[in-house]
Amino acid sequence: MTDIAALTGDGPIRHRQGDAAAARVRRRYRAEARFKAYGIAALVVTTVFLVVLLADILVKGMPAFTQHSVTLSVPVPAEGFGDRSVSAIRGADYFPITRDALKAAIPGIESRSGERTLTRLLSTGAPDVLRDRLVANPSLIGTTVQVPLLLSDDADLYFKGVGTRIDSRAARGTATPSGTTGEITIESTAGDFGADLATVRKAIAQQVLRLTAEADRAQSSGATDAVARVAALREEIATLRTRLDDPKSQEELDSKAPSLLVAINDGLVKITKLSDTAVSGDVLLPLSSADPAGAGAWRVVTYLTPESNRKVTDQDVAFLERFKDLGAVHRDFNWLFFSSGDSREPELAGIRGALVGTALTLLVTLALCVPIGVLAAVYLEEFASKNNLTALIEVNINNLAAVPSIVFGLLGLAVFLNFFALPRSAPLVGGLVLALLVLPTIIIAARAALKAVPPSIKEAALGVGASHQQAVFHHVLPLAMPGIMTGTIIGMAHALGETAPLLMIGMIAFIVDVPAGLTDAATVLPVQIYLWSDLPEVAFQAKTAATIIVLLLFLFVMNGMAIWLRKKFERRW
Amino acid sequence: MNIRLMAISTVAAVAGTVAFAGAAAARDQIRIVGSSTVYPFTTAVAEQFGKSGSGKTPVVESTGTGGGMKLFCAGVGEAHPDLTNASRAMKKSEFEDCQKNGVKDIVEIKVGIDGLTIAQSKAGPAIKLTMEQVFLALAEQVPDKDGKLVANPYKTWSDIASSLPNVKIEVLGPPPTSGTRDSFHELFLEVGAKKVATLKDMQKADAKGFEKLWKSIRKDGAYVEAGENDNVIVQKLEGNKNAFGVFGYSFLEENAAKLRGVAIDGVEPTYDNIASGKYEGSRPLFVYVKKQHVGVVPGIDKFVAEYVSSKAMSKDGYLARKGLVALPKSEADKIAATAKGMQALAAVDVK
Repeated sequence: MTDIAALTGDGPIRHRQGDAAAARVRRRYRAEARFKAYGIAALVVTTVFLVVLLADILVKGMPAFTQHSVTLSVPVPAEGFGDRSVSAIRGADYFPITRDALKAAIPGIESRSGERTLTRLLSTGAPDVLRDRLVANPSLIGTTVQVPLLLSDDADLYFKGVGTRIDSRAARGTATPSGTTGEITIESTAGDFGADLATVRKAIAQQVLRLTAEADRAQSSGATDAVARVAALREEIATLRTRLDDPKSQEELDSKAPSLLVAINDGLVKITKLSDTAVSGDVLLPLSSADPAGAGAWRVVTYLTPESNRKVTDQDVAFLERFKDLGAVHRDFNWLFFSSGDSREPELAGIRGALVGTALTLLVTLALCVPIGVLAAVYLEEFASKNNLTALIEVNINNLAAVPSIVFGLLGLAVFLNFFALPRSAPLVGGLVLALLVLPTIIIAARAALKAVPPSIKEAALGVGASHQQAVFHHVLPLAMPGIMTGTIIGMAHALGETAPLLMIGMIAFIVDVPAGLTDAATVLPVQIYLWSDLPEVAFQAKTAATIIVLLLFLFVMNGMAIWLRKKFERRW
Repeated sequence: MNIRLMAISTVAAVAGTVAFAGAAAARDQIRIVGSSTVYPFTTAVAEQFGKSGSGKTPVVESTGTGGGMKLFCAGVGEAHPDLTNASRAMKKSEFEDCQKNGVKDIVEIKVGIDGLTIAQSKAGPAIKLTMEQVFLALAEQVPDKDGKLVANPYKTWSDIASSLPNVKIEVLGPPPTSGTRDSFHELFLEVGAKKVATLKDMQKADAKGFEKLWKSIRKDGAYVEAGENDNVIVQKLEGNKNAFGVFGYSFLEENAAKLRGVAIDGVEPTYDNIASGKYEGSRPLFVYVKKQHVGVVPGIDKFVAEYVSSKAMSKDGYLARKGLVALPKSEADKIAATAKGMQALAAVDVK
C-alpha cells in the first residue's frame, strides 16, 4: 500500500518516507523497463528465427519452380506410328526420335558411351511434349518440329548453379592436333601448358610435404602397425620425388584436380597427360579438322571444380555448354510441378496428387466436423442439464484435444479399416481420422463462442415468447457464428499439417495417379514433404522446400480467411 | 443457421460414410508396404510398371520392415497388401505368423545389395578405419587393458589408435527404431566386437552378455541419433568436417561431390566393392510376394517380372542409377527364374 501512495507522489507522504521510497520507486521503474526489454528481446529472437526459416525455405524452394529444357528441331519420321490413330501415336517409341535429334545437334558423337551420356542428359519424360503435340496434330508426322525437351535433374541442377565455374584463356602458340576423335595429342609451338604443369607440380610437392609429415608422425607414435605404414608412405614419397626431379616427365591429371581442356577447331579435348608443350587426351566434342590452329584461334579451358567433386562429368559439362552456346537451353516456369502426380524422377514429380488428396481429405473432415461439432457444442452449452455425466463428457472432450495425433491413427486403423473394412490410403478414411482429431478443438471453440454471446439477447428472445430452441437458433447461434468459423478454420489448418495419424491408415505412400474420388489411393501435402525429404536425389530437396512453400501458402490463406471472417462479422457488446 | 439444414447435413455425412464402406470391394491396384530403405527402388519399378501400360501404378507405402511384415502376414484378401519390402530376410517368427493367418505361399526375391557406409565431409581429414576401431569408438562398454569391461573411455579417434587423427569422436547415425540401425549393429559392431582379442573368451563363455555388448551404443554424445532422415545426416556432415555419418550407399553416391566414404578394413565403399562382396558392411534387400494374390489382383506377375528384368535389376539398369547395388549376373539370373516361376519359400529356408 505504501508503494502506491509513493507512486501518486503525494507530497507529505513522500516526504515522510524520504530517500528509501524514492529508491524503491526507481527500482520498480527499472524492473518495468527490464521486463519490457525482455519482451522486445523475445520478439526479436522469434522474428529472427522466423525470417531465417522462411528465407531458408524460399531460397531452397524457389529453384524448383523453374525447369530447364533444351529446344531442338526434331525430325519426326513418317514411319513408326502405325495407322496414326491416337492410341498408335501414344504408344509409339519416342526414344530413338529424341536420340537422333540430340545426335544431330551435336554431330560426330559415334561412340556408344558418348551416345549414352548424351541421351542421359534428357529426362525420361522428355518426349511427353512431343507426344502431346503429335496427338493434337497428327499432320506433324513426317515433318521437323521445334520441341522443348525436358533435361534430367542433374543437367537441370547444373544450369541452376550447382555445376562448376569455367575459366578460359587464349593460347599463344600454334597447336596441331593429331586427330579429330578418340585419343589424340596436341602439340603447341609455345609453352602454353607450362603454367598448368607448374600448378600440378606444386600440388605434388605439397603432397610430398604432407606425406612426409604423416610418415614422421606415424614413426614417432610407435604403434604396432606403424612400421608397415611408414614404409608404404616413404615409398610413395620416393615415387613422387622422382616425378618432381625429372623435368621432362609428363604429368597425368586425375579427377581430383580441376579439369583442363583444350577448345580447338570447334571441338573440345579433355587433357589426361600434360607436359610443357604437348598434351594428350580424350576428345569430348569432335574436332572439325586436324588442321593446325594459330595463336588466339584455340583456347585452354579449365573447369575449376574437380570432376570428383560434382555430379556432372566433364563430358556432361561439354555437352551442356555446347547446348547453351547453341542457344537451345531455356528456363521456364515448372508447370509440371502443379500438373503431375508423384514420380521417382525429380524433374517429373509434381504435387497435383497431394493437392487433390488434401482437398478431398479436408472436405470429408469439414463435412463431418462442422455439423457434429457445432450441434454438440450447442447441446452441451444451451440444453444439457449440468450433472455428473455432462461434466464427465466435458472433461473428456478437453482431454481429447490434447491426445497425441498418432493415437487417432491407431483408432482409425482399428475401427475404420479393420472393423468397417474401408479401403487403405483413401482420403475418406483420412478425413474421418482427421475429423476425430479436430472435433474437440471445434467443440471447445464453438462453446466459447456461444458463451460469449450476452445472455440478454437470449433472455430478450425468451421474453417475447420464443421457445428455447428458437432463441438459440435464431439469435444466439448466428451471433456466435464468426467465432465458430474461426475455430473451425484453425482446426482445419491443424488437420492440414498432420502426418502422424495418416501413417497407420496407409496414406504415407508413393502414389502416382491423381485421385479422382474419395476411395482412390491418395496422399496429402505434408506427407509428400515427408516422403520427398527422405529421398537420396539432391533435386528432391528443392522440391521438398517448394512443397513446403505451397503448404504455407495454403495455411496463410486459411488463417487469413479466419481473420477476415472474424473482422467482417464480429459483433462487440 | 437452420436447424433442419444442419440435421440433414449431419445425417447425409454419416450416411455417405457408411455407404462408402460397401464400395471398398474389388481392388485392381497392387498394394505394397514395407521398408523405407527399399522404398526408393520399389517405387521406381512401380512407376515404370505404370508407364508401360501394364496396369494401374501400384501404391507403395513406407511403413518400415517390421510394420510391413505385420501387414503382409495379416491375411489373404483385398484388405491385405500383395507385396512387402524388407531390408533384411524374413524372420522365422514372421513366417510362422504368416502361415497362421493363411498366407501360405510366399515368394522371396532378393532384389539387390545395399552398402551401409560410414562417410565424412571431403573437407575433413581422410581416415581409414577397421571394424574393431568402429566397435571401440561406439560401443557403450569396451574392454580395458586387462579385458575388463569399462564404460567407453575414448574421447578422440587418436585415443583408439595413434595412426588416427586427434579429432573428437562424433558419429551421426540412425535411431534404434530404424532398420538401418539394426544393420549397423549386425554388420559393423558385431563384426568389430568379434575382432577384439580380449573379448574372445567372453564370446564363448557369455554369449548373451557378448550380444548385449555389441547391441549397445554409447550414450555420452559421441554417437548422435540424427533421426530417420538420412538427408539430415548428409547436411550435418557438410557443416561439420570432423563428424562421421552412417547411412546407405545411395546417399553417399548421390552426394559424392561433398562426401567421402570411409574405407573399412582397407576396403573403400564403392559400387564395385559392395557388388563383389569385398566391402563387409553390406546387406541384401528383399521383396516378398503373396503368391495367393497372383491372378486375383491383376498385374502382380508382370510387376515381379519388371522388377527382376535386366533393364531394372542389372548393373546398367535404372535401379543401379537410383543407388541399388546389383547382384552378380549368375545370382540375378537364378533369382529371376525363381521369381518368374513363383517358387514359394519353404519353412526350412527361413532362419
